[in-house]
Amino acid sequence: MTNLFEYAPAPESRSVVKIEKDYDLFIGGKFVSASSKKRLATINPATEEILSKVALADSKDVDRAVRAARAALNKSWARTKPKERAKYLYRIARILQERAREFAVLESLDNGKPIRESRDVDIPLAAAHFFYHAGWADKLEFAGFGNRPRPYGVVGQIIPWNFPLLMLSWKIAPALATGNTVVLKPAETTPLTALLFAEVCQQAGLPDGVVNIITGDGTTGAALINHKDIDKVAFTGSTEVGKLIARSIAERGIPATLELGGKGANVVFDDAPIDEAVEGIVNGIFFNQGHVCCAGSRLLLQENIADEFLLRLKERMARIRVGDPLDKNTDLGAINSSTQLAKIREISDTGSKEGATLWSAPCSLPTKGFWYPPAIFTGVTQAHRIAREEIFGPILSILNFRTPQEAMEKANNTPYGLSAGLWTEKGSKILWAAQQLKAGVIWANTFNKFDPASPFGGYKESGWGREGGRHGLAAYLKTGGANS
Amino acid sequence: MRLDVKKTYKLFIDGAFPRSESGRSYEIKNWRGAFIANPAQASRKDLRDSVLAAKNAHPGWSNATAFNRGQILYRIAEMLEGRTSQFIDEIVATTGVTSSAAKQEVAAAIDLWVWYAGWCDKITSVSGNNNPIAGPYYNFTIPESLGVIGIIAEEKESLLGLVRSLAPVIAGGNTSVIIASQSRPLAAITLAEVLATSDLPAGVVNILTGIKTELAPWLASHMEIDGLDVSGIDNVAELRKSGAENLKRIHAFEKDVSPERIFTFMEFKTIWHPVGI
Repeated sequence: MTNLFEYAPAPESRSVVKIEKDYDLFIGGKFVSASSKKRLATINPATEEILSKVALADSKDVDRAVRAARAALNKSWARTKPKERAKYLYRIARILQERAREFAVLESLDNGKPIRESRDVDIPLAAAHFFYHAGWADKLEFAGFGNRPRPYGVVGQIIPWNFPLLMLSWKIAPALATGNTVVLKPAETTPLTALLFAEVCQQAGLPDGVVNIITGDGTTGAALINHKDIDKVAFTGSTEVGKLIARSIAERGIPATLELGGKGANVVFDDAPIDEAVEGIVNGIFFNQGHVCCAGSRLLLQENIADEFLLRLKERMARIRVGDPLDKNTDLGAINSSTQLAKIREISDTGSKEGATLWSAPCSLPTKGFWYPPAIFTGVTQAHRIAREEIFGPILSILNFRTPQEAMEKANNTPYGLSAGLWTEKGSKILWAAQQLKAGVIWANTFNKFDPASPFGGYKESGWGREGGRHGLAAYLKTGGANS
Repeated sequence: MRLDVKKTYKLFIDGAFPRSESGRSYEIKNWRGAFIANPAQASRKDLRDSVLAAKNAHPGWSNATAFNRGQILYRIAEMLEGRTSQFIDEIVATTGVTSSAAKQEVAAAIDLWVWYAGWCDKITSVSGNNNPIAGPYYNFTIPESLGVIGIIAEEKESLLGLVRSLAPVIAGGNTSVIIASQSRPLAAITLAEVLATSDLPAGVVNILTGIKTELAPWLASHMEIDGLDVSGIDNVAELRKSGAENLKRIHAFEKDVSPERIFTFMEFKTIWHPVGI
């Protein structure tokens, strides 16, 4: 049966992108060597090959970067007319589109995600994000935040490894559109597209120091958050680190945008369009190897359709192609790092120990690199760790429910509140359920859709603020009386 | 000469007026140093009871129609208007301001309720929107109440400061637990009597009097509280730190009056649905 679905390899060429042997820090418009003199290797998680070595910024480097951002704010960026700011952002959007293939290949190499996703989702959305926010730059007084919206100043930004360039665009585009300057730290394991983006800033002629990119590890991030001269923090990552950040900025009282973890419920009612729902559940949890904060990692199935649905879900999962991220046929790529793979294994082990039943799609995994097959747990209760904690991998926990009210209670029974999915053909049920769910993004009869015009962000412990859309602008504007 | 009947100033929890379960009270003096009253000194247990009441009241209040909430906020203004002279007396007694200054404060508080009453059914229109996404989907963003909001009320303007914080919070469908002005708690408790006679469901507003530095840390660390207005207390760093445990939305405000104060304690929910046949 599996032979029927074997495709000839269709690898994307990696020669479209040139990776340097090593990279310095991008501060004040130039690449400068780090005072620490230390470097971090970044590897291809699909092969464990070392791609490059990037500088590890220490607190002195962070200080240099913040000074550069401050100087740029005072000297050039604050004096740049809004309509000119807009044009810089339009330029960046266009260059990202022009160099999209290069970025897509580099992203898949450094991250392990399938080229189909980096090519069709990450890079086009990143470019769209700059294009969208470019238009806001000279229209902020009409955005509904009073007639005198002002930038905060210098923003320290830290992004995760799951959507490296896309998260960069979510951070930098609105910050620049609203007149802030930034110091951005990409994730330790995926720094390369951010460094290529530095080149885009140069090509766009962006004034020096408006965007600074400092690579490093957790110590670099901590130094950035604790720097006394940043005016705002924006972070995407785990809830655990988000809380640490909230505590560490408490004394200074500076504002923060936090996009944190999730344990999204994907609710399938018995009147759902089953084929679409199966497709949506698969997309909800296996998109980007499940390395998605808004993943639909808990499937809530109405019990009268559960058996049939499970059968069809397994059938569909058996057709997921796992393997070489650069192969255009690949659906599921490599797990981003050995650390993440260990975390996934650790928590999935608890699933079996606590009494749930694991089923993995039959597929062969490459021998080198970090891999995990698409998997589901059935017989899951709400007390199980696999139902409560974010796994951030290709593992779906399946729970049943009898009544719609019970589904809503189970869906909301989590400290997170980022996303939720609904599958039913009945319009009134969708609107009712959408009202009940405590989540910032609700996908009804679809899942994992993103757009620069659509606000994204969580309720409860999934974070503070929104990114994207009109609402995302508020995160980067002083809008009136609120001190924070 | 007739001896006047003095009021016992008690707490306001879940629509009732209990004394503190701790049996404690503390003395309030007027600006000349003469005794005025012994309001209840709320305990941690009183605070937890209040949070529970606010939590239980939240589904009803947040699902009430915006029209209904607006009616009730306007009703609060009506009730307050009728009690104007009592508030003036209490403000004068505790602060020593002239009666015309006190009258101004009360008038401003009444007008503020009217202003926020009108906001209730406009919040969604002004702060929500359709989003023009690049694909065959219908996509819109709506505001929703955050949940239970802890309010540490302004110390000096004991009525107006409290209303500045409270009105936007409940206009947005939140419920609340308030720590009143510590030195001037009378107006807050009399406001509770206004709220109790304004068709406001029990538990939507709970008012505690007592020692701010004692109560505030419990407010900040309580896991069922979703947001904090810390306008009425200094040294908020420690409150922010313990509030980080459940990522409370913590804000302090100037004396401004703005719909931003409503939006600050709201969540924004974005809903997608495919368009097709």
